[in-house]
Amino acid sequence: MPSVCQEEIIAMQRCRRGSPEAFEVLVNRYMKDAYFIALGLVGNREDALDLSQEAFVRAYRNIKNVKPGRRFFPWFYQILKNLCVSHLRKRRYRQASSLDAPDCPEVAATGDYFSPEAVARRNEIRDKVWQAIGKLDDKHREVIILRHFQNMSYEQIAEALFCNKGTVTSRLYYARKKLEELLGTGKGGYINDMP
Amino acid sequence: MTCHDYKDLMMGYLDNELSDEQRHQFETHLDGCPECAGELEEFKKLKAITDEVTLAEPEDRIWQQYWDGVYNRIERGVGWIVFSVAAILLVIYGGFRAIEELIKDPNVEIILKAGLLALIAGLAILFVSVLRERLYFWRKDRYRDVRR
Repeated sequence: MPSVCQEEIIAMQRCRRGSPEAFEVLVNRYMKDAYFIALGLVGNREDALDLSQEAFVRAYRNIKNVKPGRRFFPWFYQILKNLCVSHLRKRRYRQASSLDAPDCPEVAATGDYFSPEAVARRNEIRDKVWQAIGKLDDKHREVIILRHFQNMSYEQIAEALFCNKGTVTSRLYYARKKLEELLGTGKGGYINDMP
Repeated sequence: MTCHDYKDLMMGYLDNELSDEQRHQFETHLDGCPECAGELEEFKKLKAITDEVTLAEPEDRIWQQYWDGVYNRIERGVGWIVFSVAAILLVIYGGFRAIEELIKDPNVEIILKAGLLALIAGLAILFVSVLRERLYFWRKDRYRDVRR
C-alpha cells in the first residue's frame, strides 16, 4: 500500500470541492490495490473489476464526509470490503436458492467460485491453495489477502481493518491454521513436497 | 509466558515483523520448546506454498480504461439523479392536474371525490411520518460519524 503523501492530501481536498480530475489521481494511485484486493476477496476477475470500480464511485460520492487529514486508503478499503462482502452474501444466497436441497446437502463454499484463471502461474498445488483461500471465513481470507498478495505490514492491515496489531496476528494465526488443515500441509498432510 | 502467548510472536517472526528484542525472546523460547519449533516449521512450509501463488495481472487495456469506467459511472449516476427528479416532478404535476380535473368535474360522484382526497391525505401523512422518522433518527444516530 503506498504511503500517504502531499499529492494525496491535496487531491482529497480538491475532491471535497467536487473535482473529478483530482479524483482521477486517487483512482490511478489505488486502482491496482483495489482490483487485487477485490480479486482476493471474491475470486474472479470480472466481479473484481466491477466491484473495485463501484467502490471508487461510492467513494467519490461520499468523499465530502471524510474528515480532513484522514487517509484515503483505509477509508476506501471499508467501502470496497463492504461491497465485496455484500456481493459474496448475495452470491451464496443465489446459490442456496438455486440448489435442490435433497441433491445438495450443503451449500457449496465460496471457494467454488475462486476461478483458477486468477492465479498467474498455475499448477495443481497453486490452484489448490487458491481454492483453499476461497474457503476461509471472510475475516480470515482478508488478512491473508492483505498480507500475502498486497504485502501490507501488520500496522497497515490494522489501520485498514480498524483493529489493533494483536487482532491482525491472531487472525493470521487462525487463518494459516485453517489453510494448513485445508491443504494438508501439517504433519502427515498430502502437500508436503513443494518443489 | 506460555506457548499460547508466543503465537502472536510466531506470526511476527514468520512475517519479519518483530523487533530485535522480540526476535531474540522468541528464538530463546524456540530453543527450549520443540512443540513451537515444529509448529513454526509447518507455518514456514505453508508460507512457502502461499508465496508461490501470485495473482494474474489483467491486460494493460484494463488499466488504461479503468478511470474511464469509473468516470462513466459517476457521470451516469448524476444523469440518473436528474432523470429521477424530472420524472418525479412530471408525475406529481400530471397527478395534480388529473386530480384537479376530477374534483372539478360535476359528473363525478361525491363519494369518489371524497375517497380520492382521503387517499391523498393518507399518502401525505405517511410520507411526512417517514421523513420525520428518518430525520429524527439521523440526528440522534451516535454512530453516523463512525469510521469516516
